Amino acid sequence: MIDLILEPLQYAFIIRGFMAAMMVGTICAVVGTYVVLRGMAFFGDALAHSILPGVAVGYLVGSGARGPLFWWAMLSSVLAAVGIGVISRGSKIKEDTAIGVIFAGMFALGVALISSVRGYSVDLAHFLFGDVLGVSAGDLWLIAAFGGIIILTVLAFYKEFMVLSFDPVLAATLRLPARLLEFLLLILIAVAIVVSLQTVGVALMVAMLVTPAATAFLVTQRLPVMMALGATIAALSGIAGLYLSYYLSIASGAAIVLTCTAIFGLTWITISLRKMRA
Amino acid sequence: MTLLKELRSTNYLIRHHHPPHDPGTPILRINDLTVRFDGRLALDRISFELPKAERLAVVGPNGAGKSTLFKVIAGVLKPSKGQVHVFGSEPDGHICIAYVPQRSQVDWTFPVNVADTVMMGRIGKMGLFRQPRAHDWEVVHQALEVVNLSHLAKRQISQLSGGQQQRMFIARALAQEAELMLMDEPLAGLDVASQEDIFIIMNTLQKRAVTMLVAMHDLKQAAERFDRVMLLNHRILGLGAPDQVFSTDKLASAYGGHLHLVPSEEGVLIVSDTCCEGDEESHIHD
Repeated sequence: MIDLILEPLQYAFIIRGFMAAMMVGTICAVVGTYVVLRGMAFFGDALAHSILPGVAVGYLVGSGARGPLFWWAMLSSVLAAVGIGVISRGSKIKEDTAIGVIFAGMFALGVALISSVRGYSVDLAHFLFGDVLGVSAGDLWLIAAFGGIIILTVLAFYKEFMVLSFDPVLAATLRLPARLLEFLLLILIAVAIVVSLQTVGVALMVAMLVTPAATAFLVTQRLPVMMALGATIAALSGIAGLYLSYYLSIASGAAIVLTCTAIFGLTWITISLRKMRA
Repeated sequence: MTLLKELRSTNYLIRHHHPPHDPGTPILRINDLTVRFDGRLALDRISFELPKAERLAVVGPNGAGKSTLFKVIAGVLKPSKGQVHVFGSEPDGHICIAYVPQRSQVDWTFPVNVADTVMMGRIGKMGLFRQPRAHDWEVVHQALEVVNLSHLAKRQISQLSGGQQQRMFIARALAQEAELMLMDEPLAGLDVASQEDIFIIMNTLQKRAVTMLVAMHDLKQAAERFDRVMLLNHRILGLGAPDQVFSTDKLASAYGGHLHLVPSEEGVLIVSDTCCEGDEESHIHD
């Protein structure tokens, strides 16, 4: 048993993968708490897909170098967030429709750009589904730095974000800067998505944002507990998922997400059974 | 422009600077207030004043503009025309105005307990980057005591009854140290005993010189429990003592075809709004 646990740890790239998966899980679950409570799952999914054209441009311009990808992805997601806001505020188009239009359009642009390169299917799969085992030491530092900034920001504006999410009218009568705070929250979600890109990829990102936080939401009644528990579930899923990936030879991002989904399913069934008995 | 305004309000938060209260002016002065939504008139040339510690029932059919009026007074919604002055200055700088929401407007599954929710009222006083201090908890516990919810402070909010949820929101307004409370249908969907609890709390608030505007559906309750009532249907159709405001012709013009007129023993007409929806039940009295 011990051997089974220790065996993968002899590889440095797997240890880096563990660290990346745990950090990304924690960051996504903390930010994802607000995604779940505010009903922004579709927005989160769209934002994740919208970083693809940025990644593609960065990939083409930097001829495959990893470093600049991060910043291009960031630019792309911020543009998408602003575009969605402008379209839904400035016309009779509803927000979810605006999200659909921007998300599909930007995703298509990303696929088109990447397909212009020879051998694109390999690279596209890499961006869509992530490659946590390809994380470099530099990537780890980037995740740690931005993750730290995200979590500190959430803690600093904890009570403001809570009021804004629970009762926007109260936030307005307490004269909180609601638009600034909402914009800040969108930026936090965007940054969390970008730092998580390499772990689960664009297509499965929404699971990291939503599933662990939703699992925690099922069992807790306090906001700080929901964040902490969501982060714990996500970090453990990252570790368990990588072991699954190692021993069953399945894609690492998919293995992590499936572990999160399984924990959610078990929790949901347990709670439903308990309710039926009560 | 909006960002500039937002930065100004952030400045308020950091410096704890809110407009001073001018003691010489009425708590609320509204002059020629008009609100339009997409060309449709929601409020039409509203003018009235409210002295300190007054308790005014605002009565009118659904869609009469009661919530809109409250949101303009709270400084959450900008009027299309006219002025609103609270303590002598525009409402959007004050944090002494509380909007007590309808219970249906809130997500009750939100992971907070009763004390957390009441503490939200303190945030304006605490300021950015500050944690609740002993004094804030003291204020929260006192507010819970006033509304008789101290024993439920640690309950998740969905586990409260309707009356308890309403009392919790009043406690939150108390924790905010609100001097002007705008209560949006606080009695809607509550049983008689719970409604009585709310009236008792309103009496306590009035003794503490809290000024209250209470949106109501039940004309009989408004007439019995309030010294002054306002009959609103986009315009003010009457403002004053209930027996003067609730006259047949005024009620007919407020409610149009949606009403039952039943003559009672005292010769006062008891009227009911039949166009209700959602949890606002129609009340027919004999």
